[in-house]
Amino acid sequence: MFENLQEKLQRAFKNLRGQGTLTEENIGEALREIRLALLESDVNLGVVKHLIEQIQAKALGQEVLTSLSPGEQVVKIVRDELVNILGKDTAKFKFASQPPTVVLMAGLQGSGKTTTSGKLAHWLKAGGHRPMLVSVDVYRPAAREQLKVVAQQVGARIYEGALDSSVQANSATVERLAKEARREAANYGCDVLIVDTAGRLHIDDDLMDEMQSLKKLLNPQEILFVADAMTGQDAVRSADEFHKKLTLTGVVLTKLDGDARGGAALSIRQVTGQPIKFIGVGEKFDALEPFHPDRIVSRLLGMGDIASLLERADEKIDKKKAAEFASKALAGDGFSLEDFREQLRQVRKMGSFSSILGMLPSVGPFAGLQKAKDSFDEKQLVHVEAIIGSMTNKERRHHELINGSRRKRIAKGSGTSVQEVNNLLKQYVQMRKMFKDFGKPSFARRMAGMKLPGR
Amino acid sequence: MLRNLFGKSSEPKPAAPEATAAKLGFFDRMKQAVTRTRENLSERIEAVVSIGKEIDRSTLDELEATLIGADLGTTTTHEILEKLRLRADRRQIKDADELKQLLRAEVLGILQSANQKPPAETEGPEVILMVGVNGTGKTTTVGKLAHLLQGQGKSVVLCAADTFRAAAIDQLLVWGERSGVEVVKTKPGGDPAAVLFDALESAKTKHTDYVLVDTAGRLHNKVGLMAELDKIRRTAGRLVPGAPHEVLLVMDATTGQNGLQQARQFTESAGVTGIVLTKLDGTAKGGVIVAIAREMGLPVRFVGVGEKIGDLLPFDAQAFAESLFS
Ligand SMILES: Nc1nc2c(ncn2[C@@H]2O[C@H](COP(=O)(O)OP(=O)(O)O)[C@@H](O)[C@H]2O)c(=O)[nH]1
Ligand SMILES: [Mg+2]
Repeated sequence: MFENLQEKLQRAFKNLRGQGTLTEENIGEALREIRLALLESDVNLGVVKHLIEQIQAKALGQEVLTSLSPGEQVVKIVRDELVNILGKDTAKFKFASQPPTVVLMAGLQGSGKTTTSGKLAHWLKAGGHRPMLVSVDVYRPAAREQLKVVAQQVGARIYEGALDSSVQANSATVERLAKEARREAANYGCDVLIVDTAGRLHIDDDLMDEMQSLKKLLNPQEILFVADAMTGQDAVRSADEFHKKLTLTGVVLTKLDGDARGGAALSIRQVTGQPIKFIGVGEKFDALEPFHPDRIVSRLLGMGDIASLLERADEKIDKKKAAEFASKALAGDGFSLEDFREQLRQVRKMGSFSSILGMLPSVGPFAGLQKAKDSFDEKQLVHVEAIIGSMTNKERRHHELINGSRRKRIAKGSGTSVQEVNNLLKQYVQMRKMFKDFGKPSFARRMAGMKLPGR
Repeated sequence: MLRNLFGKSSEPKPAAPEATAAKLGFFDRMKQAVTRTRENLSERIEAVVSIGKEIDRSTLDELEATLIGADLGTTTTHEILEKLRLRADRRQIKDADELKQLLRAEVLGILQSANQKPPAETEGPEVILMVGVNGTGKTTTVGKLAHLLQGQGKSVVLCAADTFRAAAIDQLLVWGERSGVEVVKTKPGGDPAAVLFDALESAKTKHTDYVLVDTAGRLHNKVGLMAELDKIRRTAGRLVPGAPHEVLLVMDATTGQNGLQQARQFTESAGVTGIVLTKLDGTAKGGVIVAIAREMGLPVRFVGVGEKIGDLLPFDAQAFAESLFS
C-alpha cells in the first residue's frame, strides 16, 4: 500500500508547527508530493501542472491554523480543488421531451460500452422506463450477439435487425440499423433507445465520421463517453477528440471495482468539461452507480473510500443485528463471544477482510488497521470462528469461565493452539472494554493501537 | 541477470532527494529555502549536465514530460533520468539530440534486460494461456496468434475458456473460422477447466502443436476469479507436462500505472511469462511496460496494432524505444 498523501504531507511539513503562514519555501516539498501523487494516480501531466498552480495560489499566504496540521490544511485545499474540477453535484440524465430519448454510447475498444448499455437499460427499467437496446457494432465478431444476450439477461427489449451476410457491412448498414431501431422503439412504445456502437480509435477518421452521421441521424439527448478507469495519460487525447467530433454530454467511468486510482476521471473532465454521470463497479447489471466526486477524490489521493465502505456495509449487514450488537457492546456487560462471532460473520459478508481494510484511510484512528492489510491472512478469521465454535454456549456467554483446562480442550477441538486461544481471549477482553469506553475522548487513540482479533 | 524485484518493490522507493533531505537536517532547510514550487527531475539534471546553449530548462522539462506522458510512471522516469545524470556527469553532452539518444538507450537497456528465455522444448502440445483484465484484447489476440502460428506451419487448436462473458464463445468461433482452426468449446456458463481438459485431450490425440486458451477478463483484485485462473493453470499442468508453457498477460496500451498492479497480481496467481501490448495503433504509447520490465523483468512478446487478423507483431524493443520519443 502506498503511503497516502496526507502522511507524506505531514512529513513535508514536519518543521512547521502551528504558527506562521504557508510560504513558497515551506510549501515546496508538499507541492512536489502532491504532484507525484497525482501523476501516480494517472492524472494527466498537463492537468497536474494546472492543478499545482491553482493549489499553490490558494495555499500561499494562508495562515497555519492551530486546529489543523499544515498537512491536513493543504490536503483540504487539494481536495477542494479536485472536487471543484469534478463538479460538486451528481449530474442528471437527460430525457427528451418527445420520446424516444436516444442515448449514444461512444468510446474506445474494450472500454465497456456493451456492458454499460445493459446496465443503463437495467437502471432505466428500475426507474420505470421502457428502454430498447440496439447494437450498431457490425464490425467486431459477435458484438451484436453479445448485446442480444445482455438484453435477455436484463430483460430489456432489443432491436436485432437483419444483416445481409452476402455484403460487407459498413457505415450505411450502421445508419440503416439505427434508423430502423428508432422506428421500432416508437412502435413498441419504448421511451429510451440505447445505441451501442463499435469501439473505435479517436484517430480513425472513417469511424469517427460514422459516429458524426449517427449523431446527425438520431439527434441523441445523451452522448456518453465510456472510458476505462485504468486509462493513463492518453485519456485526454481520446476524450478530447471524441468531444470535438461529437460534443459529448457525459462520461461513464468503468471498472472502478478494480484498484486503479482513476486519475483519468480528472483528465477527461478537464478536457471535455462534461460531468461523469455514472461509474461502473462490477460485472453485474446493477453495478452502475451515480458518480460522487468526493469519493473519487479520496481514492485519487490514496485516502480510502469510507463512503463506499459504509454503503457496502449498509447493503450487506443486517441492521437489526448490528443495532443489537451496538447496544450490548456499548452498555452494561458488554458483548459476548457469541455476539462477537455473529459480528464477524456479518462483516465477512462484505468481502474479504483485507479488501475492507484497504478501503479505510490510513490516517487517524484507522492507521494501525490499514497497515495490517498486506499481512492479513484470511485464514485467521477461520481460526477465530473455529475457536469460538469449540466453546460451549455457557463459555461463550461467560468468557471468564474459560480456565486453563478449558483452553486446552478448546484448542484441541478447533485444531488450533492454546496460544491462539489465549490471544483471542485477550483481544476479546480488550475490545469489549474498548467498546464500553466508546464516547470517552480517549477512544480514537485506543482504536489506533488496537490489534485485529486472531493476530 | 536478477532483475526480479517482485514482492519487495510494492513499496515504492522514496525519490532520492527526499530521502537524503530527511537525513540531513541542515541541508534539509537549505534545500527548502531554494526549492521552487515546481521542482522537476530536470532540475537535477540541469545541475550537472554542462548545459550548452542547446540544452535548456525547457528541453529537460520536455524529456520528463515525454516519459511521464508515455505512462512510464514517476519512479521509472526518475530512475532513467537519474542514470542519465550519472552518465552525463562523465562526459559532455553536446545537444538535445544526444541527450535523447542517451535516454532511448536507457529505455532500451531496461527492456532488453527483461527475461528473454528461449522457448523450452516441449513434449506434446505447447499450451499458451491468455489472461488479463476485461476488454484488453485477449480473444482478438488468440485469433491473431493462431493465424501467425499457422503461417509458420504449426497446427493450432483454440480453447474457448471464457464461458462467462456474453457471446465470448461466438466471438472466438468467428476467429476460428477466419483462420480455419478448430475451436473447442462448451456451453455458456460452463466450467472453464473442463473445456480446457477437452481441448488438451483433443490436442494430444491429434498431435496439435499449439493450444491457445482464451480466458474471461477479470480484475486482478478479485480473489475468487484469480483463484479460478490458478485452477485452470493446474488443470493444464496435470494433463500436459510443463503446461502452460506461456502465460501471456494481454495489456491495453492505454493502461496507466495500474498496469503494474495487473502485472504483479496476474503473475502471482497465474504465473505470467510475458506481455502482449495491444492497441498500439492508437495514440497511447504503452510505457507502463517499461516500468513492468524494470520491476519484474517481464518481457513483451507481441504487440497488437489493429483489429485485423494480421495485426499482431513480435515485439521490437528498439522500435518501441524510438516510438516513445517520436
Ligand atoms: N485498435 C485495436 N483494437 C483492438 C486490438 N486488439 C483488440 N482490439 C479490440 O478491443 C476490443 C476488445 O477486444 P477483445 O478481444 O474482445 O478483448 P477481451 O475482452 O480481452 O477478450 C475489441 O473491439 C477488439 O476488436 C488492437 O491491437 N488494436
Ligand atoms: Mg474475450
